[in-house]
Amino acid sequence: MLSIKNLHANVADKKILKGLNLEVKTGEVHAIMGPNGSGKSTLANILAGRSGYEVTAGTITYEGKNLLDMDPEIRAREGVFLAFQYPVEIPGVNNVYLLKAALNAIRKHRGEQELDAMEFLKLVKDKMKLVKVREDLMSRAVNEGFSGGEKKRNEIFQMAILEPKLAILDETDSGLDIDALRIVSEGVNSLRGPQRAIVMVTHYQRLLNYIVPDHVHVLADGRIIKSGGKDLALKLEAEGYDRVREEAAVA
Amino acid sequence: MSQEALEFYVAEHARTIALDTDWLHGLRQSALSNFRRAGFPDTRQEDWRYTDVRPILKRRFVQAGDSGDLAADAGFEGMRFAGLDAHELAFINGHYDKGLSRLGPLPQGVILTSLAEALIKYPQQVKDCLANFPGLDANGFQALNTAFLTHGTLLYVPAGVTVATPVHLIFRSNRQPEPRMAFLRNLIVLGRGASLTVIEDYSGTADAEYMTNVTTCISGGEGASLRHYKLQGESQKSYHIAATHIRQARDCRVESCSIALGGALVRNDITASLDGEGAEVALDGLYMGNGRQHVDNHTWIHHRSPHTTSREEYKGVLNDHARAVFNGKVIVHEHAQKADARQANDNLLLSDNAEIDTKPELEIHADDVKCSHGATIGQLDENMLFYLRSRAVDADTARSLLIFAFADAVVSRIGLRPIRERLEAMILGKLPDSGLIKEFVQ
Ligand SMILES: Nc1ncnc2c1ncn2[C@@H]1O[C@H](COP(=O)(O)OP(=O)(O)OP(=O)(O)O)[C@@H](O)[C@H]1O
Ligand SMILES: [Mg+2]
Repeated sequence: MLSIKNLHANVADKKILKGLNLEVKTGEVHAIMGPNGSGKSTLANILAGRSGYEVTAGTITYEGKNLLDMDPEIRAREGVFLAFQYPVEIPGVNNVYLLKAALNAIRKHRGEQELDAMEFLKLVKDKMKLVKVREDLMSRAVNEGFSGGEKKRNEIFQMAILEPKLAILDETDSGLDIDALRIVSEGVNSLRGPQRAIVMVTHYQRLLNYIVPDHVHVLADGRIIKSGGKDLALKLEAEGYDRVREEAAVA
Repeated sequence: MSQEALEFYVAEHARTIALDTDWLHGLRQSALSNFRRAGFPDTRQEDWRYTDVRPILKRRFVQAGDSGDLAADAGFEGMRFAGLDAHELAFINGHYDKGLSRLGPLPQGVILTSLAEALIKYPQQVKDCLANFPGLDANGFQALNTAFLTHGTLLYVPAGVTVATPVHLIFRSNRQPEPRMAFLRNLIVLGRGASLTVIEDYSGTADAEYMTNVTTCISGGEGASLRHYKLQGESQKSYHIAATHIRQARDCRVESCSIALGGALVRNDITASLDGEGAEVALDGLYMGNGRQHVDNHTWIHHRSPHTTSREEYKGVLNDHARAVFNGKVIVHEHAQKADARQANDNLLLSDNAEIDTKPELEIHADDVKCSHGATIGQLDENMLFYLRSRAVDADTARSLLIFAFADAVVSRIGLRPIRERLEAMILGKLPDSGLIKEFVQ
């Protein structure tokens, strides 16, 4: 589904990604871990199409197409979803209307019928139960006045409605309390399926207890320096990144 | 041109303003001499550097008079706020219309009446209020406003009284073969601990040419509290020259929100004087221009006592060849220790031909104060833009949404829903691509 080959990228003339390779197949869940500043969010943002990143070498192929050629909204319509590390507040733009516009843009792109107000509302109600978002948050502007945890939960709520093919979660677990972490994880797990792939960026093993990944990667200094199964995360937690770095350097 | 205009207004004064009681006659005559002396402002004066009033001087507006030009146009009824219980005073082409006005029961001692009637029935209250605002007639437009003083409102709330129902002053102008001018003076007096919400609402028939010259004097007693909204949605061919003077005694709190959407040439002056300790003022503003609209906002906030607080936030959105001026001056006087002043002016320019001249100014004569100010002439927030696009919204729609959101930040703070909703619809009407985003806005 997603194939990243030898990706090099700069931000403000600073080299951040330096030859990153990653293969994600449908149905898989990948976890990406790595020290602060190693380039995890950079990767997530490049996948979603944020401007300000200069790809200097390499390719990203998504479902056989060149992802880098697509505008962010086209990527979204093609099924790419980024749950932001820091979701922005957008005063004046209503949460529910944004979602409805998003969903209908995606459906239209797929050649499906747009949902009418009633159908959409029913969908919202169902998914609200799933991720347990408070009803009053929905009538507000996008993320406005939401707590840190509520913002993260809202991202997962949006994901549950939009049902992306490729979901990229950038530290969705940071800032969540234990209960919220469990609820969010259930939301993500309910989306797991043979047609979908999930890439999660996280610093913590505790998320991976709830959402058990198929693959774990260590991103350091702009490259994936080690990949493994779910046990790699446990090793990282026990030994730290430096150990893995040293091993990678030796190898 | 200025000389001819000057003579025209003097003649118009002689034609329309009758001899009146001594004090009123004296007041008007002295204002008229001030007008002759000051003349009209020109761009050599610092405060009028960017605002050229010659389009006004070229025209020969006349005052409405006989009943033929005092009938409401079809759009008038739409100016009432459906869903808002309010005391409504209606003015057509500058004249009070009793038949269109709807006053509900008022608390004991409250006076709410047209100025024309107040001059007869409550001259002492009018005199007392005017005495509280000396030296207004420094520029020609202000002097004219006093020289023609006849129409407008007297709103007097005695000590301890809360007027729970908002007061809605509806000023409506329409198209006449000879363009009309309205001179309006609103006097708003709040006694100690009184509280009130008042809405000044200016509009006109689409494309009608006319001039509104309005001065509003607000005097807030100790601990009084006022919410004041000035909604300016005049016709795109009209001229709107307005001044608001606010004086606040100890612990008096005033929130004033000025929305300027209409008019070909608009000038809003606001002076707030925090006279008493603990007085607090919040000035919010939104101006939006398109076509060749010119909107000039000048504000002066005087901190004259300790522990006074001011907040000012003005936002502007300019498209096409529109031009705006923001000049906000905060003056902290010598004894105003612990004054706290914050001021911001943010602008969006949507076209290469639009222009903003913004100048926040601080003048501080006390040493223990907290002041900040800043102005931005910004582009849209890239993070917000990307967030929306990452949710499948196309770039044009995302941009429109964010422009709306920028302007709405001022409007969404308005506590009265019917006002908010009307303004949001008006903002939408001024935005490019508004069709894309209609259903988004809450
Ligand atoms: N707009 C920018 N301008 C300059 N430097 C940037 C910019 N965005 C990111 N960087 C730099 O790029 C590097 C990688 O940042 P990135 O956000 O991808 O790290 P991360 O792995 O997500 O870290 P964290 O775990 O702290 O979220 C950092 O050194 C960061 O300071
Ligand atoms: Mg990050």
